[in-house]
Amino acid sequence: MFGAALGVVFSRNPVHAVMFLVFTFFNAAILWLLAEAEFLAIVLVLVYVGAVMVLFLFVVMMLEVNIEAAKRGLTRYAPLGIGLALIMAIELINVIWLRGEMPADVGGFADLPAGYNNTKALGSVLYTEHVYAFEIAAVILLLAIIAAITLTMRKRPGLKVQNISKQVAVRAKDRLRVVKMDAEKKQ
Amino acid sequence: MIGLQHYLTISAMLFVVSIAGIIINRKNLILLLMCIELMLLAVNTNFIAFSRFLGDDTGQVFVFFILTVAAAEAAIGLAILVVLFRNRRSIAVQELNTLKG
Repeated sequence: MFGAALGVVFSRNPVHAVMFLVFTFFNAAILWLLAEAEFLAIVLVLVYVGAVMVLFLFVVMMLEVNIEAAKRGLTRYAPLGIGLALIMAIELINVIWLRGEMPADVGGFADLPAGYNNTKALGSVLYTEHVYAFEIAAVILLLAIIAAITLTMRKRPGLKVQNISKQVAVRAKDRLRVVKMDAEKKQ
Repeated sequence: MIGLQHYLTISAMLFVVSIAGIIINRKNLILLLMCIELMLLAVNTNFIAFSRFLGDDTGQVFVFFILTVAAAEAAIGLAILVVLFRNRRSIAVQELNTLKG
């Protein structure tokens, strides 16, 4: 997982970076399964790998950025980034392992009660205590749909479209002209 | 035995890698978005580990909402990116100086 995350950061090709990101998500889903959060692991695979990553891949392939130009400045900020990352890593590991309130090794997680169903437990909390947050999440998703569509929709000039109301409102006398004329003489 | 602290360590490492990625890849907007996704993944892993540790399902509900908001954010961000690319033919960050006063 760590290697896959490094691959996201350092791979030269954006498509490879997206693939590494998918691999990272799969690994995270496995970790969540090990923590017995089955529902969220499945949601991670379905929603993230299935939808968001495909969206990323689509945009990466559609935009087709000039990779060499984008990667030119890679080495300039690399020492700064790696140094900052090392400092943060040392601090975080210090906090987690050395300065924690809990004893240095708390062992594994406590066993769940028998017959525990992660999806059922999550649902019973989600639809009772957190129902307002759930509805707000729904509104946020709707907002995302509307925003994405309105942002990327464009009107193409010169496109031939039907005018539906005009088509419906048309009358027979607008289209058909009856011409009165004398019958032809027999020759 | 894998416990809370191992989970916290792996998510801290993931977070640190994504921060390094944001600093290093600051030319490429798509990679910035992907690094943000990695950060959110690290935070979610933390949430799940603590939820399991404390035996409280509310943390997992929170992860659910974070996933929702992150999906919305990714969709809108990519839409903005597409519009930007359509208007300027490039998504390099250093060329986004139109708003400079």
